[in-house]
Amino acid sequence: MKLDPNKKLDIKELLKDLENYRPRRRGWHWREGRNQKRQIGDFEYRETSENLKNYIPLPGSRGFGYIDPQPDCVITTEIASGRFEDDIRRMRMAAWHGADHIMVIRTAGQSHVDSLLEGTNQGIGGIMVTRKQVRATRKALDMIEDEVGRPINFHSYVSGVAGPDIAVMFAEEGVNGAHQDPQYNILYRNVNMIRSFVDACEAKKIMTWANMLQIDGAHNANATAMKAWKVMPELMVQHAINCAFSRKIGMKAENIALSTVPPTAPPAPCMRLDLPYAVALRDLFSEYKMRAQQNTKYMESDTREATVTHTLNLVISRLTSADIQSTITPDEGRNVPWHYYNIAAVSTAKQALNGMDGFRDMVKIDREGELGQIVRELKERAILFMEEMLEVGGYFKAVEKGFFIDSGFYPERNGDGIPRQIDGGIGAGMIFERDKDYFAPVSVHYGYNNIPEGFEKASDAIGGDTFEDPSKIIYIDELDEFDNVNVRLDELKKYYDTEYVKPEVEWRADGVVAVTIFLPLDERTAEFAAIKCGEKMGLEDVTVIHKNVMHPAEGTLVEIKGKVKFDININELVIPEKIPVLSEAEIREDIEKNPMFVVAATVGEDEHSVGLKEILDIKHGGIEGFGIKYLYLGTSCPVEKLVDAAIETNADAILASTIITHDDVHIKNMKKIHDLCIEKGIRDKVILACGGTQVTNEIAVEAGMDAGFGRGSKGIDVASFLVKKRREMNNKDEN
Amino acid sequence: MKRPDDYEKRREHLKDLTDEQLKERFWELAYKIVEPMLEMGYKYTTPAIERSVLLRMGFSSVEVKPIVEGVMKKGLMGKGAGNVVWRLSKKLGISVREAGLGLAEGKYWDEVDTLFEGGKN
Repeated sequence: MKLDPNKKLDIKELLKDLENYRPRRRGWHWREGRNQKRQIGDFEYRETSENLKNYIPLPGSRGFGYIDPQPDCVITTEIASGRFEDDIRRMRMAAWHGADHIMVIRTAGQSHVDSLLEGTNQGIGGIMVTRKQVRATRKALDMIEDEVGRPINFHSYVSGVAGPDIAVMFAEEGVNGAHQDPQYNILYRNVNMIRSFVDACEAKKIMTWANMLQIDGAHNANATAMKAWKVMPELMVQHAINCAFSRKIGMKAENIALSTVPPTAPPAPCMRLDLPYAVALRDLFSEYKMRAQQNTKYMESDTREATVTHTLNLVISRLTSADIQSTITPDEGRNVPWHYYNIAAVSTAKQALNGMDGFRDMVKIDREGELGQIVRELKERAILFMEEMLEVGGYFKAVEKGFFIDSGFYPERNGDGIPRQIDGGIGAGMIFERDKDYFAPVSVHYGYNNIPEGFEKASDAIGGDTFEDPSKIIYIDELDEFDNVNVRLDELKKYYDTEYVKPEVEWRADGVVAVTIFLPLDERTAEFAAIKCGEKMGLEDVTVIHKNVMHPAEGTLVEIKGKVKFDININELVIPEKIPVLSEAEIREDIEKNPMFVVAATVGEDEHSVGLKEILDIKHGGIEGFGIKYLYLGTSCPVEKLVDAAIETNADAILASTIITHDDVHIKNMKKIHDLCIEKGIRDKVILACGGTQVTNEIAVEAGMDAGFGRGSKGIDVASFLVKKRREMNNKDEN
Repeated sequence: MKRPDDYEKRREHLKDLTDEQLKERFWELAYKIVEPMLEMGYKYTTPAIERSVLLRMGFSSVEVKPIVEGVMKKGLMGKGAGNVVWRLSKKLGISVREAGLGLAEGKYWDEVDTLFEGGKN
């Protein structure tokens, strides 16, 4: 099955023959072609990797030949809609925007299930991680990576009370990375301490065999602590415990990544607080990989605010280092992430990293002053933390005494840590000492294993295990006849490969739309008025997802979401035909025979010049390249001046650019050009065209122009139009 | 426990260390802290570990659960659930898969009692 960029991924086709699908590779993939200078478009880049085969560049790339430089670090996106068939589509979109690490969130409560789960039941805030869902997703990602031209890392969680089970399934199914940190289970999932560490030994050994990248769970301390900036010494201790533990089990340092978050966010002076921490961490953990996560602790429902915080986090990443740049969707503070917010988050990372490419060659961290002192102090505080852990009797005793997630800046203590008892928690009492004749007939195993005589390795006893012979893997399709992907696809069959479509934010045809409303009301009144607005628009289940007071009395911004009650038949849409353009050769030939001259300017009080210059300039594929001569009158040109210039030069056409739309000034300017040309008696001799980001052909024609050119128009579109229009006018004259 | 910040007092023994020495000290402590956990991992097993062994022996998640529960009931976790299945297959002269499926369906548990000399865990 190969993907066609112009066709949707066929879920039914994907699910066919899934029981026989084998992943084509194991292990983590770092981007290719890092640490080399690369010429992309007009620029030399210093911190990029190989370009993609298929991609969607940043909107601003229009001014730079639509380049899409791929930063040197892996970029993560986290997907959690609860339906894998919809997640897969989102993964494809994210990959086109530059994500190559797809992290799948598990359904709520899975970490407490003492077994693997099977089937494709719908999850809450994530999918039920099962063999079928993992296999289908890996199969889809294999196709998506071929489409974009870069391997994609698939990632989920090896935690909870079924860690070793999940590690086995992931190793078998080609999952490339996973969170694994026994401390996470203990502190946040209340799994028994001993059980958590003993299970982790086997799970980590399996992950090591599968060459999976491990990410720890220390960043959760940041999200949980009352005052996140106080737990920095402890964060380093948590990272160290998981690193040392993993290394002793055999994991390579290069496969161990620290999940690190800049602890604070504005309005705190976060850069000054977060930077020394980032430096201290990279000093102590120089052997390990850095997975730079974004701050969520101080995230509210404002996507703009979240994006600024994330951008500041990216500055820390670029000033120090990041092997994996994780992204958090800016809507996480208001709902389970929607399709386009995953793309927004990936784009924020790509944009900021592109912008800061090579920035470190000019800006250096000053270790001499204050920063150096703080770095030193943080390291010492972390060491003191570990010294006291050993003094009280080691890790388990320290946890019992509530050492972790205390909001005091260690050695300060506030007595609000999370204590866990050694004989408490989920799975307590579920550990068993291995006898002398304990035997596990598998190829990968941690700890004591009494291999019977006559066998070179343990798995020889059974003629090889599933790691050696994948045909032994037992695949379960579905266990629940009512809650599964087939039922969901069937329920929504009206919206799969038909002419019907509904808006959606996370699931096929969920019908959800968001509306941004400003109301000149106080906050509380505005909230209820906004809901009423949504209802009057015909939306169902209207809820407020964000509000922002502009002034206590003057007004409030409210964002609502709701469901539409209709669907659209795309066959009934009236879509104006896209005007075909003449070939470059035909345009050149025409201009060569009949030279053409145009006058051009950005009209009104408008200083935007880039768009029009691109249309004119030979360098950007503008009309000059086809032999059309022009007079450019610059920006903020009065309409009268432009029309007079056309008369003086006997121009064939007037090209006006208008970007500002305030009070419909763009439409007014177009009308004014048209009226002036009539007044001066040249309207039937001159071609009028207008362009701008908010201009469409329809708007322009209605305002008296002969054509309008909107976003994405190129020189050839304008040149083709001019040639065709002139022929049409000449024909009319002849008639 | 509540305690004011006594960093200045506590750091006395660290303040003259070089950055390199500090880093060494940091990792020395970390490795020391994890020693007991590694020993426990060496000595003990859990239901999840035994299920993971059975999965790799070619059983599904639905099949491994009753096997491990049965092994726990018999007090044979110390032998290893995979070991129980393997020994049973040898004893009965059937495949590992057949032996495990039998156990998952509630069969052969009487045979299991006779698999290990010297008693149970």
